[in-house]
Amino acid sequence: MKTNSISIDGQQITFREGQTIIQAALEAGIYIPYLCYHPDFEAHGSCKVCTVRVNGSHCSACTTFASDGQVVDNHCEDLNSSRRAITQMLFVEGNHLCPSCEKSGDCELQALGYYLKLFGSHFPHLFPHREVDATHPHILLDRDRCIFCELCVRASREVDQKNVFAISGRGIDSELVVNSPSGTLLDSGLDVNDKAAHVCPVGAILIKNQAFQVPIGQRKYDKNRIDDADLIEVKHDHIDS
Amino acid sequence: MIETTIKSIIHHHASDPTRLLDILLDLQNQFGYLSAETITQTADLLDIPVTRVQGVVAFYNFLYAKPVGRYRILLSNCIIDTMHGALAVMDQFCQQLGIKPDQLRSDGKVSIAETSCSGFCDQGPAALINGVAIASLNSQRIASIVNLIENDTPLKDWPAELFQRPDNIQLPGYLLKQAITPGSAISSLLSRGTQATLDEIEQSALRGCGGAGFPTASKWRYCRDAEARQHYVVCNADEGEPGTFKDRVLLNQFADQMFEGMTICARIIGARQGFVYLRGEYLYLKDKLQQIIDERTANHWLGNDIAGVTGFDFEIKIRLGAGAYICGEESALLESLEGKRGIPRIRPPFPVTHGYLNQPTVVNNVETFATAAKIALEGSQPFNQQGTANSPGSRLLSVAGDCTHPGIYEYPFGTRIDQILDDCRAENTLCVQIGGPSGTMIAEADFHRHISFEDLPTGGSFIVFNGTRDPLEIAGNFVAFFAHENCGFCTPCRVGTTLMKNTLSKINSGSGSQDDIAELHQLCELISKNSHCGLGQTAPNPVMDTLACFAERYQAKVNNRTFTPDIDLEAALQEARQLTGRDDPAAHLDQFNE
Amino acid sequence: MTTSTAKINIATTSLAGCFGCHMSLLDIDERIQDLAEVAVFDRSPFTDIKHCNQSDIGLIEGGVCNAENVHVLREFRKQCNILIAVGACAINGGIPALRNNIPLKECLEESYIDGLGVVNPQIPNDPELPLILDKVYPIHEIVKIDYSLPGCPPSADAICAFITDLLAGREPTLPDELIHYD
Repeated sequence: MKTNSISIDGQQITFREGQTIIQAALEAGIYIPYLCYHPDFEAHGSCKVCTVRVNGSHCSACTTFASDGQVVDNHCEDLNSSRRAITQMLFVEGNHLCPSCEKSGDCELQALGYYLKLFGSHFPHLFPHREVDATHPHILLDRDRCIFCELCVRASREVDQKNVFAISGRGIDSELVVNSPSGTLLDSGLDVNDKAAHVCPVGAILIKNQAFQVPIGQRKYDKNRIDDADLIEVKHDHIDS
Repeated sequence: MIETTIKSIIHHHASDPTRLLDILLDLQNQFGYLSAETITQTADLLDIPVTRVQGVVAFYNFLYAKPVGRYRILLSNCIIDTMHGALAVMDQFCQQLGIKPDQLRSDGKVSIAETSCSGFCDQGPAALINGVAIASLNSQRIASIVNLIENDTPLKDWPAELFQRPDNIQLPGYLLKQAITPGSAISSLLSRGTQATLDEIEQSALRGCGGAGFPTASKWRYCRDAEARQHYVVCNADEGEPGTFKDRVLLNQFADQMFEGMTICARIIGARQGFVYLRGEYLYLKDKLQQIIDERTANHWLGNDIAGVTGFDFEIKIRLGAGAYICGEESALLESLEGKRGIPRIRPPFPVTHGYLNQPTVVNNVETFATAAKIALEGSQPFNQQGTANSPGSRLLSVAGDCTHPGIYEYPFGTRIDQILDDCRAENTLCVQIGGPSGTMIAEADFHRHISFEDLPTGGSFIVFNGTRDPLEIAGNFVAFFAHENCGFCTPCRVGTTLMKNTLSKINSGSGSQDDIAELHQLCELISKNSHCGLGQTAPNPVMDTLACFAERYQAKVNNRTFTPDIDLEAALQEARQLTGRDDPAAHLDQFNE
Repeated sequence: MTTSTAKINIATTSLAGCFGCHMSLLDIDERIQDLAEVAVFDRSPFTDIKHCNQSDIGLIEGGVCNAENVHVLREFRKQCNILIAVGACAINGGIPALRNNIPLKECLEESYIDGLGVVNPQIPNDPELPLILDKVYPIHEIVKIDYSLPGCPPSADAICAFITDLLAGREPTLPDELIHYD
């Protein structure tokens, strides 16, 4: 008999047809860590932070549909340790110097690190050379901090319908590029009110002149751990809709 | 003027953005490289974001955003070509042409760089010159190529003997003994009936020959049963697994049969359009393949009303790849076929329901289509009376490396490795890489095992290494390949393959430690379990296999050191020494602090 | 916990750092008296001991930017049972690592040749001076470290919590509210 329920770490939850595991989990108040997932956009499945074990095999919770009777492992030491390593990979791949970043305290990569009790980088840093684009009067693009979640790409394409951002290149040489004659944000048509200007989970795309309106120490993830913060948001969205 | 040329090339491709790769390749042939201006105008004319064109240019190895030589030499850095002296070939070219790798000669005439396996491992070292394959490079051939370049001789006027590429079929079997008569399998299909033909293929238990081994009949049935406007047949002729070259030989000798297999598939699933996605390295085969398509069309084995049957319409187009191993993954291939970067899609949905342009699509390998045609003609029996219970039929192996008779061997499934080693005259064999870098490395203790889906599955690559080889250097070459060829989509593979490459290279350079070995174990586990597609899931295999088979060699290289720096300290001081002119003892650091 | 007769030796140093982590350590205020009950400082800016003796815990602030940093770090590794990377710079290079994207030549020329107010321009080459590395490196890339204590600086509470765990023989960790990278 169909019950539309799955078990996550032994807890039975129900899901609606067409929901992915992460959607069902968040709605049921269970946090699965993620970076590239966003409820407003098509699932992407690239960061691999939300990797869970479903009936024994690893898969992304954001791209795997919930189906009756699935047995999902989420919070267990081996999965969290993989998530920690993946997060460390993101840290060493770019140039993430939190003390010099105005996103600090509001940054999801950082908050995920806190959540996973990630204290050090572990891997050797790659210290890549990436270009900063400060041409736009209101928006800054600091590629050093890009984690290739493509949220800006998706937001610009799906919501703003502008295609301002895209990923170019391949492998470790991938880069975030801007769709404009000059290749910079200046003539890209990106507006400060666009979704794409606000969706970056890290400090790669920032609104200028707002750096320290909220002091360090009083920011989103200074107050709430990322799991609590995200579950609160899901709850609000649920009530709003 | 430039604009007119761009316009006419785009027009020639029906201003269709899905044909972006073809368009860019043509533009590049015209202009030598793809300038920012060309890229912008192409985007404008196709009405797509300029970033999409940029992204594609930067994704594929054979597309250039910066000027390259009028003669561009790409040397295959496949492990086998390296064993056959590719490094010396590089040196000779560089010396005689007065160039350095990845640099354009000041007169703009010539440039040289490395490329991944070019598919001529039985006759390496091999190169692509302006995209055209030249094999068996030796001092004499290098000298004559240098001469031709310096004399500005157009490639088309180069002596034919430079372009000889023997097929080296060493052991023909079921498939290779004799090609079917063109049209004969279509006749059988029509007389036996569509459903009965699918049943026959089902009976044969034919499984995809690209490596994954999905049952062919099931794939075709799922695709047929998916309701849609259009169905498509795609032939994956993008064999990029280092060490494999059997599809090149099939394309050269059995293309007619492969097209016939595609046509039968089209009839069964109800497709009117097919594509052959031909790897860029096999550019030289394109005209020949097109000619066969034209002949088949003239003979009514392609086109409208095939074999006189009203409504049996099917056409095949050849689409060229542009140097990206990942496009051998079927969903990345479809992206590429749609004129995009080859990023593997999220699966499910699978191509059988959501493939090319989101329509149901069968993607099969060259060998699979050729075999399906033969089964349609002769029935399932001749095929499945060989092989093992779970792996009926035969498998083409591209045998190369340390053996006297490299080439194509066709074996029934179930053939033992030591038998194959005997047949190709391999001596003093240390290990064999089966199925290429993404496959399995086995050492002598396992030579009794056999080729089959249940024991040692393979997409056809079979690389022999003798006792003079260093398995860790081999793994280093393979891992560098994955670090270079991964698409960059998911974190564990994008970052992990580079970390794995650096760690292994640290060990191979003699600066590694026990910690690095432990690190490799962890990276392998992490990358294989968390990656988005098959590339990442299998990229750690060479490291895992060598760690298992040759643990003592790792130990020997790390020399009991428990920890060593990740950076080369002397190298890190080099620039400062130069800038200050210092060379006193304090201007140096001991790497190991022993 | 150790007895007063066998105090724990703690050594500290700042490599390419700003001494902010040391300031934060001093911010533990009166708790330093409790610490003094059970521990003594060996080589440290607080003691001015020049070389590290055998110690139980070594706290390293700052990344590795020159040859001398490498020597000091190695001495600490050799002498300390437990070595801890303290603060952002030790962990990932921190603010000094902002230079990693600028060629060393440009850095030195800006400082010693083209910079504003430079007199007698020349790139210093006295053998007495530590030779600078091409980049600023996290300490875990040079020596094996046992733990990392993040923060810029880690708060006094975080340092206290970490050291208290260690002194108690526990695996050190931090409660959520004390984990910060900034």
